[in-house]
Amino acid sequence: MPIVEVENLDVRHGDVHAVNGVSFAAEAGAVTAVLGPNGAGKTSTIDCLEGYRAPSNGTVRVCGLDPVRDHAALTRRIGVMLQAGGLHSAIRPVEALRLFAAFYDRPRDPGELLELVGLTDRARAPWRTLSGGEQQRLSLALAIIGRPDVVFLDEPTSGVDVTGRQLIRDLIRELRNDGAGVVLTSHDLSEVEEVADHLVIIEAGRVIASGSVNELLASAADAVTFRADPGLDVASLAAAVDAPVAEVSPGAYRVDTAPSPRTVAAITSWLAERNLLIGDLSAGRERLESLFLRLVAEAEARPAGDPAQGSGRRGRRRGGRSAGAR
Amino acid sequence: MKALLAQVRTELTLMARNGEQLLVSLFIPLGVLIFLSKVKVIDLGRDDRVAVVAPAVLALAVMSTAMVSLGIGTGFERHYGVLKRLGATPLGRPRWIAAKFLAVLAIECLQWIVLVGAALALGWSPSGGWALAVAAAMVGTAAFGGLGLSLAGSLPALVNLALCNGLYVVLVMTGDIVFRAGSLPGPIETIARLLPAAPLVDVISAALDTGHTAHAGSWPTLLVWAIVGPIVAATSFRWE
Repeated sequence: MPIVEVENLDVRHGDVHAVNGVSFAAEAGAVTAVLGPNGAGKTSTIDCLEGYRAPSNGTVRVCGLDPVRDHAALTRRIGVMLQAGGLHSAIRPVEALRLFAAFYDRPRDPGELLELVGLTDRARAPWRTLSGGEQQRLSLALAIIGRPDVVFLDEPTSGVDVTGRQLIRDLIRELRNDGAGVVLTSHDLSEVEEVADHLVIIEAGRVIASGSVNELLASAADAVTFRADPGLDVASLAAAVDAPVAEVSPGAYRVDTAPSPRTVAAITSWLAERNLLIGDLSAGRERLESLFLRLVAEAEARPAGDPAQGSGRRGRRRGGRSAGAR
Repeated sequence: MKALLAQVRTELTLMARNGEQLLVSLFIPLGVLIFLSKVKVIDLGRDDRVAVVAPAVLALAVMSTAMVSLGIGTGFERHYGVLKRLGATPLGRPRWIAAKFLAVLAIECLQWIVLVGAALALGWSPSGGWALAVAAAMVGTAAFGGLGLSLAGSLPALVNLALCNGLYVVLVMTGDIVFRAGSLPGPIETIARLLPAAPLVDVISAALDTGHTAHAGSWPTLLVWAIVGPIVAATSFRWE
């Protein structure tokens, strides 16, 4: 049974329809990533799950509870990491952890948590003197101190250095292995690809794709991608390589075909004839980042009101300069 | 209970670490007490200046803690997402409010101990109406706390900071001690008597100074503020 259930969620801020009929579920013992461009409705959706905002329409359940009506009961079962801030500028990590430990019945030990997030040396440093990464690690420790069943992490690795990232990733995996449901939002797609089991991609308030990471990546086909000057004549290149070509973002091209040496040779000779430089040539399976960009671009190109959404596998669009470069 | 006490302890620790707040809640009232008792810039109409000044300064201390410190501190906590973060924990709003209130009371106790000690050292011999004075301080705490939280819960942090300080100055200027010296024109005095500062100074003075009689409207005015302030704060407070 899912530990987070969202059904036909609508959120309106005045005239703005921030979330428009979003449905998805998240399981215990799994990491669910909610992805989308800025302003897509991710934060509004998470705010509803955390009980900060009442849905304009639709239903939301976390641990079987209504986040607004059963807020007091819910707070004992969830851990929340905000995108930034959330602590008094003068509070010290050890004080914040002891304070939060006092809120829960069966808290984890503050000293152990400090060690776990690598802040033992900084235990007495005021919050405002912590680096961005240290603040994020402390926020994560506070989110999990009450042994929550569901953890909500808003951009957990933003502003965190490489070692901090590794540490946060390990902690997220540990939480999942211990049976917690983890719901995170992120812009860092390589991050998401590493830790998430399940993806929900939101654009303009709608779910444009969802499914397990493997499922979604399976729908991503073989391709050759490269970078060159923006605005190339993709129709001419498509004819030369005998495969569909798209400029997915200015200067980034994708050729939808099996990555054979013959295709690569055709691409390079076409570029050579025009005396163009080539960069970042890669042949193989599309990664999450390009899949994500393609799905978002396709959703933006679709006429408003097209109900296509929420399928695990999606057909791909073929043709010349197709996916709308912005 | 454990959660409440932990929150109170944190509130007090953080206030003690904040130099500005210490200045507003301790050193300004102390400075005013010593200055007005010893320096004859205002004619208080009496020779035992400390008997007039001490009760007014005790009222000032309530005002600075319950309105200025509480209001500015809460405004910044709201701005930095502290309240949002706490809102997702089992602490809950009722216990958060209780913790704020208890922290304010603890600081007021400390202020009164220091200020009464200083006033006695300056030769003050108060009459014994302490129970009434403490009751007035509690009612005043509700009135000024309500005002501070009304501003903190509805305005951006910096606007709130400016308004709390501005309002503090206005209330100090209209806080009875100035116009008792006969320096406020009649209509302004009428308005001042309807604001909460003058009545609080008036009733604390009446309790602790035999030479002072309370104005008939002071207690009712103060009580109205003590009821309306918290109600406005509770209904207008936005947590984010």
